[in-house]
Amino acid sequence: MLKTLQNLDRRWVFLAMLLAVAIPILTRTVFPEVVSKQAKLVFDAIENIPDGSNVLLSYDFDPASQGELLPMAQAFTRHCSIKGHKQYYMALWPLGSPMVDLSIDTIKSEYPHLKYGEDYVKFDYKAGGEAVIRMITQDLRGMFPLDSKGVPLDDIPMTKNIKNIQDMDLIVNVSAGDPGTKQWVQFAATTFGITTVSGCTGVQAPQMYPYIPEQLAGVLGAIKAAAEYEAAIDAVYPSIKENPKAQEAKRRMGPQLVAHGLMIFLIILGNWIYFVSRKRGQA
Amino acid sequence: MKRTVPLIIAIVAGFVLLIANFIPYAEEWGLTAQEWFNILAVGAMILGGGNLIKLHLMKVSSKRKGWGYSVVTIVCFFGTLLIGLMKFGVHPNPLYPNYSWSGYYLESGSGLWWIYQHMVVPLTSMMFAMLAFYVATAAFRAFRAKNIEATLLLVTAGIVLLGRTYAGVWIFEGWLPESMQWLRFDNLTVWIMDVPNTAGTRAITIGIALGVVATSLRILLGVDRSYLGQD
Repeated sequence: MLKTLQNLDRRWVFLAMLLAVAIPILTRTVFPEVVSKQAKLVFDAIENIPDGSNVLLSYDFDPASQGELLPMAQAFTRHCSIKGHKQYYMALWPLGSPMVDLSIDTIKSEYPHLKYGEDYVKFDYKAGGEAVIRMITQDLRGMFPLDSKGVPLDDIPMTKNIKNIQDMDLIVNVSAGDPGTKQWVQFAATTFGITTVSGCTGVQAPQMYPYIPEQLAGVLGAIKAAAEYEAAIDAVYPSIKENPKAQEAKRRMGPQLVAHGLMIFLIILGNWIYFVSRKRGQA
Repeated sequence: MKRTVPLIIAIVAGFVLLIANFIPYAEEWGLTAQEWFNILAVGAMILGGGNLIKLHLMKVSSKRKGWGYSVVTIVCFFGTLLIGLMKFGVHPNPLYPNYSWSGYYLESGSGLWWIYQHMVVPLTSMMFAMLAFYVATAAFRAFRAKNIEATLLLVTAGIVLLGRTYAGVWIFEGWLPESMQWLRFDNLTVWIMDVPNTAGTRAITIGIALGVVATSLRILLGVDRSYLGQD
């Protein structure tokens, strides 16, 4: 038994992980969520500003992090749309622009009463990372003379009176690395006191906690926090529960629970093998 | 000259950005420097692309191990570049119908959109998803409680792994007294993130910031010239 486990082919571990992820997906297992303090802080930051406020949403991630961050980004979009906030979309990553497009598709399909140019607008990707942030804190038109459709900002109702992003009531950043939340904190939130919330990958989240509460109003770390945020939206706007697309992060928590359980089991099993082998003088 | 001119540019740009932060009159200078930076950033992308091609062409010409992959890289690079620049399948922007290249480069159904949807998205997602399998084997083979530090790390990892799922609540449901609820894994995870993690990260961040200030000063004063390279 011990020898078999010591020489276990790693493909068995791969198979176990495959089943751990696949079974909850196929059985559509969904677990309840308890809204954590961080998810509540982020929810409140969007909820407590007056309806129709200016919100800048920068989606700084790419398809590699889509699985972890897109449900969160979509939840931000839905929450802002429900509240009727003016949504200004941009991306600091070259492949972030298509991520924004997915959110705009969500607005078009789920909130058709919202109009492009009046309720939401998109700026295209510009190279430069933090330099883009620094620039738009002073002069939005210097960086984005046109929106992504090629319309001058002065001809768009919701941008014609915006000089720079100091006119924003809130910045929402979904980040998978650099440039991302850290740069928004350094060059926009801290410098100009613009309220900022972040949604980031699990790897990044520990680095963001020191910014709370002065420089960041709240942080959503990975899919778990996204699921809690969805639960917070569900609690205040129960009608959204009927939309299965608005429950995507919660749905993804099923595979996460089973996969984490498997990881714990593998760690315990690995250590058991290690200690027994050491006792027998085999390690 | 080869080193002096870049050195002067770096020092002047650095001081301009520094002054622009403190003197309102100089704010415009800072904005101009940032505009230059953005233009240079685009130039850097071209340099990066050029460097990538140079390296792979050298690998192909010397037929080093795995040169076939370099051929694939070069073909994909130029294929994507051509399709993207020529905007294959992109319709003109309705606002500028006379300009055939005025449409959105990632328009649904266009050539670049096809590459993005059917190659970039599945390939990058697949790379990320494979991490789950590698982490699982690493958990089985490498995470050993060999000493106190490793044991602490393992216990913390276990708590956070369970605390980041509903299991962190479910395990304690129904039997843990109200006064002991802080022991629930989800609550312990919050404490770990809020207290030890924040303290450690804050210390590291402050240390890095002090290091950045010191390095920046050395560059601004021309003491540190290592960024100019060896030539």
